[in-house]
Amino acid sequence: MTENKASSRNGLLIDYEFCTGCHSCEVACMKELKLPPEQYGIRVLEDGPRKTPKGKWDWTYLPFPTSLCDLCEDRVKAGKKPSCVQHCQAAIMTYGPVEELSKKLAEKPKMVLFTPV
Amino acid sequence: MSNETWQWQEDGCTVSRSTQWSGPGCHNGCGILYYTKGDKLIKVEGDATNPYNAGRLCMRCLNLTEAVNHPDRLKWPLKRAGNRGENKWERIPWDEAYDIIEEKVKSIKKDYGPESIIGMEGTGRNIIWQVPYLTYAGFESPNYTLGFLSGDACYLPRAAQQAVMQSDFFVTDCAQHFETRYETPEYEVPKVIIIWGNNPIISNGDGFFGHWIIDLMRKGSKLIVIDPKLTWLASKADFWLQLRPGTDSALAMSMLNVIINESLYDKEFVEKWTAGFEKLKECVQEYPPEIASEITWVPKEMIIEAARFYAKNKPAAIQWGLAVDQQVTGISAAQAITSLWTITGNVDVPGGNVISKSGFNVDDGYNCGIEWVSEDTLQKRLGNESYPLKMYGFASTAHGDSVLKAIESGKPYPVKMLWLQTTNPIANMGSEAPRVYDAMRKVDFNVVVDLFMTPTAVACADIVLPAGMSLERDSFRAWFAPLRAISKIIQYEECKSDEQIVLDLGKRLNPAAFPWKTVEEWLEWKFGNAKDHYPDAFQIPWSGKTYRERGNTRGVTFKELQERGWIYADWQYRKYEKGLLRRDRQPGFNTADGKIQLFNTLFDDWGLNPLPYHEEPPESPYSAPELYKEYPLILTSGARSWEFFHSEHRQQPTMRIFHPDPLVTIHPDKAKELGIKDGDWVWLESKRGRCKQKAKLAATLNPKVVSAEHGWWFPEKPGAEPILFGVFDSNINNLTAQCQNGETGYGAPNKGLLCKIYKVTEENSQVMPTMQVTKMGGFGYDRK
Ligand code: SF4
Ligand code: SF4
Ligand code: SF4
Repeated sequence: MTENKASSRNGLLIDYEFCTGCHSCEVACMKELKLPPEQYGIRVLEDGPRKTPKGKWDWTYLPFPTSLCDLCEDRVKAGKKPSCVQHCQAAIMTYGPVEELSKKLAEKPKMVLFTPV
Repeated sequence: MSNETWQWQEDGCTVSRSTQWSGPGCHNGCGILYYTKGDKLIKVEGDATNPYNAGRLCMRCLNLTEAVNHPDRLKWPLKRAGNRGENKWERIPWDEAYDIIEEKVKSIKKDYGPESIIGMEGTGRNIIWQVPYLTYAGFESPNYTLGFLSGDACYLPRAAQQAVMQSDFFVTDCAQHFETRYETPEYEVPKVIIIWGNNPIISNGDGFFGHWIIDLMRKGSKLIVIDPKLTWLASKADFWLQLRPGTDSALAMSMLNVIINESLYDKEFVEKWTAGFEKLKECVQEYPPEIASEITWVPKEMIIEAARFYAKNKPAAIQWGLAVDQQVTGISAAQAITSLWTITGNVDVPGGNVISKSGFNVDDGYNCGIEWVSEDTLQKRLGNESYPLKMYGFASTAHGDSVLKAIESGKPYPVKMLWLQTTNPIANMGSEAPRVYDAMRKVDFNVVVDLFMTPTAVACADIVLPAGMSLERDSFRAWFAPLRAISKIIQYEECKSDEQIVLDLGKRLNPAAFPWKTVEEWLEWKFGNAKDHYPDAFQIPWSGKTYRERGNTRGVTFKELQERGWIYADWQYRKYEKGLLRRDRQPGFNTADGKIQLFNTLFDDWGLNPLPYHEEPPESPYSAPELYKEYPLILTSGARSWEFFHSEHRQQPTMRIFHPDPLVTIHPDKAKELGIKDGDWVWLESKRGRCKQKAKLAATLNPKVVSAEHGWWFPEKPGAEPILFGVFDSNINNLTAQCQNGETGYGAPNKGLLCKIYKVTEENSQVMPTMQVTKMGGFGYDRK
């Protein structure tokens, strides 16, 4: 990988603390990539609901882009946000240069940064 | 992309900005962009410029292409060719369908009176003023109702109670009344939000985009969640009050007890703007936390702490939902919850519970056109005979259970025709579904207007009319803000919009009441425009209001609204201080003495409980201990899923990939005791009937409570009986009841009944419920 690519790499920053597991990203992506049934460009994993030893509830969703994700190359070229980012009901996804996103990553806990391509 | 115009070209598609509301859909009305080629929908996107949803969409709208382009859609009018239930149809032209209907309506009116015709619709749909108008102005019948909805138990108990207590609608303030939303300087983020009896992120009830709650959580709002089930929101809440289904009144009264006895209420507000506080104070003494804890199963400390947390943090809001209505004391629970935000002074303040008028007040819903029903006929509205709230005009519908009884008994008069517009009662809205099935089959003449061939249509329709979907009609969404345009973009086969169907038929039945040439003209009139064109129509008062008092868009026409997409009305907080709520323009609420009625004088006059109270659900471990021995589980149902809106969306392959089967949630401990594993098919059975669902084990419930899904039918199965799309096989409404209402006629205990659960075996599954109901006379018990 050239240095050029590394410095211009884009990613998805996800504030998964507030992911409600609504599946909008999954369906938005299927439509965008025109995927056949049961193929996904992004999947939402679930942990819980589980009562922790502290008596609190853990119930966390974690969306992650699969190998099919191309970071919505066509949309982005056309000046739009990636489809999952635009449609996420909790509005917890940000698309942009990894460098910028990594700064944001430090702003709060329970965030994750993906670099699918 | 452009904000200047509502249509433009992109990638060889026409892009149109509009609003998606049913059908198919939900209670919202999100801003959407439709990408079309000719009359074909290619894809959709959320409209990022619309402040309502800010570009977001749920999976149902994202998957709209599968709905709009579905090969099984109804395409043209159909006339029944075989017997009811055989699913045999003959294609007919619209004119022939209208001729048949016109002839039937006229002869029934002549022979039996207009009251023998019932107009019905499903919940939250874009027909909430159209079907009432057809019923009242077209049929001239007083009997407009929801599809056999027992106890009118969906928002209507809350609405009727609000009408009596202070006469306006309250909603949680998420800055939805401002175009600039959360950035608006006068707006304040609620410090605490109570989520009471709903899971708004999935259900989006009553014009409330549920993920606004997430927006506010991210801005610092803390949650109290009141729900028998651990929802995702409950798992994030500071307090989750896991109450026993049907005990909301007792819980709210106990919270009032804590707030009043610890002097945590807003004394100034109570003094100035409420009536009956002393009586409420006396009454809440019957519900100290230790007593309420026994009733509700919520630990005493939790009730106390949650009440303090709510009262001490201001502003605070309560986001309430359907579960409030679905109990015999629905009215009472609503009154107690309203009392909570009232005595804490969270009334119409930023970040509290605010008084909302639907977009410029142009939507007067269920009373639309009632003036066309004669005084004498209005008195015959079914339910009036038993319930004063109905009789004295505080309700806008006939009583669903009374309609059912009239069909069954012919008393007080026979029912001769049902007009069912996008409602599918045997799959969804009617509880005691097999009973509703029998009743509908008894009626001489039934018309179904819908998107797909439904079990209801196959079972009982004589004429089926194809309705257009949201992008195939000119209309609007007004609940609550902004006023949004819905634009006709494509034409699908011979489908017509609900407005067009009502207008076509209305012109034949009662031309004086339908003077408009086109739907657009009708919408103008609805918007309070074109007064000069229709002086006669404007002379008729509208929901008891004269033209001047009626909502109007201040001259904005439908075409202008379409161009702009949406418009926001001016917004003011503390309207009661400014004389903005009353007809006489004096400060105060729109009640006789201008105050919120904590003690309900009108109820008192009518011999109803003037103060909130707890009453055991009719089938509970305490009210029916013998029954509880045989049916040792508390059954709640109706929780929403992302994929479906009630009985809709089952024919979309993508939805069924995410959610293939009906699920009943059981606590793992209880499941173990019953020998049930995750994914096993199980029978759920009450004293009325049974149905089959798949077990999902989750520790989100009290082990004594199970939660079943509703609305299931299987469009992939044959429609002809005895299969009937398998509509009764997994139907939780084989177990629920009709005609178990509260003293007001409102409320039904459908979220708190008793049942048992056992594993499906080959031996116990010889006769499937649909066969049992359609060919063997049902489950064989006494219908009350
Ligand atoms: S960025 Fe585009 S391709 Fe990647 S997951 Fe999101 S929608 Fe799919
Ligand atoms: S759309 Fe957003 S909130 Fe919904 S599952 Fe995906 S990441 Fe989570
Ligand atoms: S909530 Fe979902 S189904 Fe309802 S209008 Fe919005 S996107 Fe469509």
